[in-house]
Amino acid sequence: MTGSILTKQIIDLDKTREIYKDASASYKSRIVICAGTGCMANGAMSIYNKFREVIYERGLKVAVMLDKEEHKEDDRCDNDFLLVESGCQGFCQMGPLVTLYPQKILYTKVKTSDVEEIVDRTLIKNEYVDRLLYECPDSKHHVRDMDKIPFYERQNRIMLKLCGHINVHDADEYIANGGYFMARKSVLEMTDTQICKEILDSGLRGRGGGGFPTGRKWDLTRINESDVKYVICNGDEGDPGAFMDRCVMEGNPHSVLEGMIIAAMAVNATKGYVYVRTEYPLAVSRLKTAIRTARENGILGEHIFGSDRSFDIEVMEGAGAFVCGEETALIASIEGKRGMPSIKPPFPAEKGLFGKPTVINNVETLATVPVILEMGAEEYRKLGTETSKGTKTFALTGHVANTGLIEVPFGTTLREIVGEIGGGVIDDDGNNCGVDFKAVQIGGPSGGCLTQEHLDLPLDYDNLRDVGAMVGSGGLVVMNQNTCMVQIARFFMQFTQNESCGKCVVCREGTRQMLALLDDIIEGRADAATLDLLEELANTVKIGSLCGLGKTAPNPVLSTLKYFRDEYIAHVYNKRCPTGNCDALKTYRVIVEKCKACGLCARKCPVDAIEGSKGVPYVINIEKCIRCGACYTACKFDAIVKG
Amino acid sequence: MRNDFPVKFDRVCEVLDKHKCDPNKLIAILQEVQEEYKYLPEDIMTYIATALGISPGSVFGVATFYSHFTLEPKGKYVIKVCDGTACHVRKSEEILKVLEKELGLSGRKKTSDDMIFTLETVACLGACGLAPVVVVNDEVHGSMTKEKTIELLNRIREQEKQENNK
Ligand SMILES: Cc1cc2nc3c(=O)[nH]c(=O)nc-3n(C[C@H](O)[C@H](O)[C@H](O)COP(=O)(O)O)c2cc1C
Ligand code: FES
Repeated sequence: MTGSILTKQIIDLDKTREIYKDASASYKSRIVICAGTGCMANGAMSIYNKFREVIYERGLKVAVMLDKEEHKEDDRCDNDFLLVESGCQGFCQMGPLVTLYPQKILYTKVKTSDVEEIVDRTLIKNEYVDRLLYECPDSKHHVRDMDKIPFYERQNRIMLKLCGHINVHDADEYIANGGYFMARKSVLEMTDTQICKEILDSGLRGRGGGGFPTGRKWDLTRINESDVKYVICNGDEGDPGAFMDRCVMEGNPHSVLEGMIIAAMAVNATKGYVYVRTEYPLAVSRLKTAIRTARENGILGEHIFGSDRSFDIEVMEGAGAFVCGEETALIASIEGKRGMPSIKPPFPAEKGLFGKPTVINNVETLATVPVILEMGAEEYRKLGTETSKGTKTFALTGHVANTGLIEVPFGTTLREIVGEIGGGVIDDDGNNCGVDFKAVQIGGPSGGCLTQEHLDLPLDYDNLRDVGAMVGSGGLVVMNQNTCMVQIARFFMQFTQNESCGKCVVCREGTRQMLALLDDIIEGRADAATLDLLEELANTVKIGSLCGLGKTAPNPVLSTLKYFRDEYIAHVYNKRCPTGNCDALKTYRVIVEKCKACGLCARKCPVDAIEGSKGVPYVINIEKCIRCGACYTACKFDAIVKG
Repeated sequence: MRNDFPVKFDRVCEVLDKHKCDPNKLIAILQEVQEEYKYLPEDIMTYIATALGISPGSVFGVATFYSHFTLEPKGKYVIKVCDGTACHVRKSEEILKVLEKELGLSGRKKTSDDMIFTLETVACLGACGLAPVVVVNDEVHGSMTKEKTIELLNRIREQEKQENNK
């Protein structure tokens, strides 16, 4: 491949940025349609097409890709508007979202039938369409400046900033916003030790769960001499209830590549892999396109940025196994084997992919790297807490008014996240009930739950570990008062039991037995010994398992046992589920005041467990009752309750 | 049957050639083969093993380890109900029950006899903001309710009927 440097064009970042600035100044408005998964499912693409249609109908012109030709002064503006598809803007609950710049207007829940009005009133006459603006639930006030919407105002979006803003189909937009400048700097101006030091100084810790200092990890790989080294980006995102990495890979794939280039320069690697889970086909195709574009511009491949360094990246699609998120399992999977973890040491930094020193980092960790170099370690360190620097993204879901993707500095409290950004907890019918939640599950199947008493705990790696939870990948699932915590523990146990790879006995059999014990509790077969046995087993699995999956699998059980022991006790001793969710423990009862003694329930009962006569309220015989619920559904007066 | 054998193996060969028969690319090869055949037929897996110079057991081992691979053909419409945490707390189970009842399928029997429907659960599709989520052949349907699920099913059935009438 010698000589390719002569033929391949190398992008001039400064010039690209300059041209872009000039060109974008010539548009009256920039219309950003959120094309994240949430908005897409709600019809974002038909809104996009409708905009094109309506603007043409009005005799105006709209470009879908910034026109970067250098125009002469007099005919500069060929187009009136620029219409772009962006990655996820985070506010999924309010989608489809349409944002207009420079006005900074955010229109929510837009329908195709609203598009004409937006074009005629906002784009042409510069008026607001109030009904589409975000309405504050309390004050009923319409927010005109999107930065003032509480959901965004309380966040600190530095890593996600470009994700919901730039055109996903135009790499130049990334460059125009400073993209690849830091990759170039790392290739041309910095030494490997300098890069490692800068990242170490920034205090960046891995965002994939473990929280290991990234600078240290890089340095450990750097010092291992080898002709070949690898950088792997872990995009397996297996935690159910988390989707941050997906949004970054789909909405700003170049930032992931840039982080990988910088990592490669720090450890002197020549080849990189992005491992993406199979459930994310869009992320796979966006990354592949981004890699192609980067190669065409001399950013990846041989002689990057005209230097004598080479680095190339390949995308590897996972095949559906949670355990492959674990680094040694992931490496086995890239090598084409069953994705089973192996014992550490040796760590990947010594012997990783194909036996060579390997750096493996999470998507978010890598996407944060260019941001750190740009801000400088000093500046970045100012965000966050003593032990956890910077910002963290969370996927906020479950029983919360504003579900979506958020980024906040470490140290933010649950009260701020759930109450202010999330807009409060909702009950099963969607009514808002402030911060009256039961628990928040953080860290997915490896994590634990936080309760009311943790509302004001500053969230960071160490505080969470101390209360038996973990940052994990950053899934934050809010649960309202109607949620049965034993069932939640069972849910996670079922998940880890399914996903246990089977290599070590403690994890394989232990999770199965724990699941069986939880089933006993939920189905009313538990006795006095069950809880002790469960706890003992949980601690055994925790200590005896080979990899992180087994070591953390008991966490949801232990943490619910710690904070919601009452609920377990009610299930075991009183054979009652306090939230009335466990079918086998439900008892049915007639409310005397409401019963009209019509006798319908008695006729519906398949086992004749209901007795009564005309004029006298009916009674359910608990001994005979098989808890089928037929009476409950039959009663026209809501006179039968379960629980 | 005999006649389509050469054609059948032609396509595997293309995939194998593309990956230069590299055993490290086994997962990518199986993915592409599954894309072609919609599942992994046993004879094809044996063929791949021979071509890569590894034992059929290793190929079979990889194919059964990952949930993405299927050794049985699937229906025309693959309905996936998300049972990730976010969907679970928003009652995805009720939706699964409705679908099981409507389609006469269960955890054990996943594909209907006429090969029209396959019903599966998956752990998180990464669309948790829209929980609960149902995906039909890669098309995401968010904020599902029991009613919306039945509507969706009826739409598919209607479409299927029209295609048959053509
Ligand atoms: C069972 C299990 C699942 C994991 N899943 C993921 C995952 O989905 N994504 C991820 O980035 N890290 C995951 N990890 C953590 C990785 O092993 C590894 O620590 C991480 O990718 C390192 O990157 P970081 O230092 O940037 O966090 C998982 C670990 C375990 C034990
Ligand atoms: S939990 Fe269902 S999409 Fe994430």
